Amino acid sequence: MADAVLAVRNLCKSFSALKATENVSLDLKPGEIHALIGPNGAGKSTLIHQIAGTLAPDSGDIDFLGRPVGHLGVVERARMGLGRSFQVSSLAPEFSALRNVMLAVQSRQGSSFRFFRPVMRDASLIEPAMASLERVGLATRARVPAAELSHGERRQLEIAIALALGSQAFLLDEPMAGMGPEGSRSLTGFLDRLREEAPILLVEHDMDAVFALADRVSVLVYGRIIASGTVDQVRADPEVRRAYLGDPA
Amino acid sequence: MTISRETAINVTLALVLLAMPFVALQLGKPFYVTLATRMAILGLAAVGLNLALGLGGLVSFGHAAFFGVGGYAAGILASHAFAGQPLNLGLFALPGTNQMLVVWSVAVLAGGLLAAAIGMISLRTSGVYFIMITLAFAQMTYYFAISWPAYGGEDGLSITIRNVVPAINTLIPINYFLVCYALLLTALLIFALIRGSRFGAALQASRQNELRVASIGIAPFRVRLVAFIISGMITALSGALYADLNRFVSPSMLSWHMSGELIIIVVLGGVGRLWGPVAGAMLFVVFEFVLGGLTERWQFFLGVALLAVVLFARGGLIGFLAGRMRHG
Repeated sequence: MADAVLAVRNLCKSFSALKATENVSLDLKPGEIHALIGPNGAGKSTLIHQIAGTLAPDSGDIDFLGRPVGHLGVVERARMGLGRSFQVSSLAPEFSALRNVMLAVQSRQGSSFRFFRPVMRDASLIEPAMASLERVGLATRARVPAAELSHGERRQLEIAIALALGSQAFLLDEPMAGMGPEGSRSLTGFLDRLREEAPILLVEHDMDAVFALADRVSVLVYGRIIASGTVDQVRADPEVRRAYLGDPA
Repeated sequence: MTISRETAINVTLALVLLAMPFVALQLGKPFYVTLATRMAILGLAAVGLNLALGLGGLVSFGHAAFFGVGGYAAGILASHAFAGQPLNLGLFALPGTNQMLVVWSVAVLAGGLLAAAIGMISLRTSGVYFIMITLAFAQMTYYFAISWPAYGGEDGLSITIRNVVPAINTLIPINYFLVCYALLLTALLIFALIRGSRFGAALQASRQNELRVASIGIAPFRVRLVAFIISGMITALSGALYADLNRFVSPSMLSWHMSGELIIIVVLGGVGRLWGPVAGAMLFVVFEFVLGGLTERWQFFLGVALLAVVLFARGGLIGFLAGRMRHG
């Protein structure tokens, strides 16, 4: 697809005998949420790692914004606008929520080699960072160290960081994991609006959220995509029902 | 404006160190001026290490290399100036000098270049491998100095007359103390500015979570390399001062004992704390002098103190007195 923001073609990755990713192709179009679901151990996180650049695939291509990025590292892909949240929250624990987001703002401005001006008096960092925190509903917790935030708040902070980067696409690895029903609902509403800013590749176990949000769903089982289509198509697919959704019959 | 407890402690430390040589002179004990100068110089060396170790989490076990290179820069330039022979560098010859301002510049430059070379290779590793590879590089410089007869080899190199600063008579101990003290304060100012800057934020975040920093588009390696170079430059400057204090340079400045002492100083005082290295250096010199006067095995007691800090006061002396560090 020429107009896809992110396109993965024929991606393969093996860990000795285990085929973690087997000939996976998928794409992400502007304005959509593409959900990636599958049972534990299906290779969802392995796939996300390859797209983000933390893991090198054995073969296959990854295009982002129309450019091949397979040879680029994590840093370059992030700089192009690939925003990522981690399955297990990955933050600078000693820094406050605000400073975590400010670091993303400073990266976006391309200015990490300034040695003297104090960041805590730098409105060009603080204001955009506060704006991102407000959007995810974390503004009142801005001064709290990331290590002291609740689990759900850390997930929100990860998304605030991706927002502050001005991402062109979001890779969200289980953003709802460990959130209460209230948190999941409000995050669902938030992601629903976020897709207009940049498309989202969403790995998620919360089926209510997936079925409410996804424009398309791909089902990954044993490293292979066994089905891909709209929510209704995938729900009706007999192989998916057998392998994953649990056919009552 | 409220003053934090840490600031109050820092100001106290600064004043105590400044007052010490003057009190010593009043009491007619000029030797203590030298001790205070030693505290300032070792403190300066540890401020350099603290930039890499405290802010960047880079446990360099090879900072003696930078300390010694600074020392040899002073020694070599002074010996050429004294002998009136230019220093032949192959492509061009450099006159020797007894001007400290020139000596410091050469020391800082040499320290920075060496840190760039060592950092370029060792920063590709982490954890215990980083510790070992920095140690290996420093030991290489140590054996190089030992086997270099032109500059004294194992015996070291004397500086016949202490180098000079325009308008200041550095031969008077209190003057030389003030020169060292002023450089220490300058280095602390630079450390404080860097810590609060964008670069400092990226450096400290790289210590806390490397993957997070990479995933927002900042390359941790480049940030660490620049920090390591600045760190090496500061420590090299202190080495030049140390050589001029003792009027002597020897390979022992490059040995792993020295690297270890610098780490001990930072840990004793408080890793990552602005005045931690100074507190640590003061404590270290007091230990060395007071216990060293009582027993030859004073390092045993240093070990006990270090153990106590690691077990009971993880933030070192500053952490013990001022509480946990805050990032804002």
